[in-house]
Amino acid sequence: MSTRSVVPFGPQHPVLPEPIHLDLVLEDEKVVEAVPSIGFIHRGLESLVGKKDFNDYTYIAERICGICSFMHGMSYCEAVEHIMNIEIPERAKYLRTIWCELSRLHSHLLWLGLLADGFGFESLFMQSWRLRENILDMVEASTGGRLISSVNKIGGQLKDVPNDMIRGFVAKLKDMEKDIREMTDTFLNDYTVNSRLRGVGILTKQQALDLGAVGPFMRASGIALDTRKRGYAAYSNIELEPITSDIGDCYARTYVRIQEIFQSIDIIRQAAEKIPDGEVAVPVKGFPSGEYFMRVEQPRGEAIYYVKANGTKFLDRFRVRTPTFANLPGMLETLKGCQLADVPMMILTIDPCISCTER
Amino acid sequence: MNIFSFAKTELKNLFSTPATRAYPLEPRNYPERTRGHVVIDINTCVLCGMCSRKCPADAIKVDRAAGTWSIERFGCVQCGNCVVSCPKKCLSMGQAYTEPDAQKRTDTFTKPADQMKPPVAPAAKPAAAAAAKPQKPAESAAPAAEEKKNA
Repeated sequence: MSTRSVVPFGPQHPVLPEPIHLDLVLEDEKVVEAVPSIGFIHRGLESLVGKKDFNDYTYIAERICGICSFMHGMSYCEAVEHIMNIEIPERAKYLRTIWCELSRLHSHLLWLGLLADGFGFESLFMQSWRLRENILDMVEASTGGRLISSVNKIGGQLKDVPNDMIRGFVAKLKDMEKDIREMTDTFLNDYTVNSRLRGVGILTKQQALDLGAVGPFMRASGIALDTRKRGYAAYSNIELEPITSDIGDCYARTYVRIQEIFQSIDIIRQAAEKIPDGEVAVPVKGFPSGEYFMRVEQPRGEAIYYVKANGTKFLDRFRVRTPTFANLPGMLETLKGCQLADVPMMILTIDPCISCTER
Repeated sequence: MNIFSFAKTELKNLFSTPATRAYPLEPRNYPERTRGHVVIDINTCVLCGMCSRKCPADAIKVDRAAGTWSIERFGCVQCGNCVVSCPKKCLSMGQAYTEPDAQKRTDTFTKPADQMKPPVAPAAKPAAAAAAKPQKPAESAAPAAEEKKNA
């Protein structure tokens, strides 16, 4: 009869980019249960919605997370635009699509680096972040900020991107595609990487459905759902198919995210071909009144935004259900029965973003 | 399993320049749009306080009586909302980021005394008397706005 012991994991741990605490109940080296606790970095951003003008709150919504910053701001704006029945110009929609996909690209490259760092492959981590830097340069050249874009506003975008700059991005991404493929081939084919990822932390399709998993974590278990198919921003004019895998282990999640990198490059190419000329913003008059649920596909999965407005310049309620929060139950399920040394892989492959989760 | 799978990467790394930059020695070329810090043209500023009200980080303070405009450099989040909302377009974003410092810093800009509006009716409207206006265009428009607000 083995003895049970509890190992505290986090909130400060070398593999964790952000603080989450897990109490791992172990039988020898095997995890039998994991008890999570979150709340280390709660900032009260949602309650600020009652203190800031609804137009200015866009800048606060962007600061919910440093990685999906653009998508948080955009989703908030789209939700308010729906309430106020504002139809934004087509060009603004395409710009939103392009910036969303640039965010997804740099988020997935960041995650690949963190994963490589998690299993101790330092040089792969650096290669991944070297490539990510090129994407950040594109974001900075077009928005003015490396991560926090601050180009969203209710009624469109604050800045336009010249067409030749967009064409430059497409050309650069085409060049980068070769480098990215070379780097990601290591993730998919290398013996050492495979031995850390294959068959580890399997989440079955039924479990993913029952536990409400979202994003690449869910698609790696064989569920072909992608919120982008609902057609917010300009996604209704973009051809894309959800990328799935039937295996459901850490390798499958890596595979799905890697394929999504190439899918994002393709979406940016499609958007650059179709983007029309014209204005990027329409004037906004009056105050919103009503409520709306906005669903977007972030790099980590589906995020839900609830906005309730009361006809004044302050909103009643703003609520975000972030993808990491939805993926935590699935992650705890995969942790059961795994080895202690595999715990970092399990946590990293849901791509946790605790700042979003706690806001 | 191929032990030479990294040979190409290794050779490339041996004969290529570093991907990083020796930062302080080799300064960074910022893109044109980089939002590094807020720049003010204090001569054009009318101290209306719109930037201060719009700032999500409450980093900007405007003192109409003293004729000063101040910004907490490390409190500013470089969102650019002040630049967008400035009615006189006297604010802009500079490219370089604020340099690291051992202490938090507040930069204060004072409007030149000769540009401050002379007191009109000190007893009735002390706030309006201290308000600074540029000499040329807003001379007639600004008092009208002031009256509307009071009414």
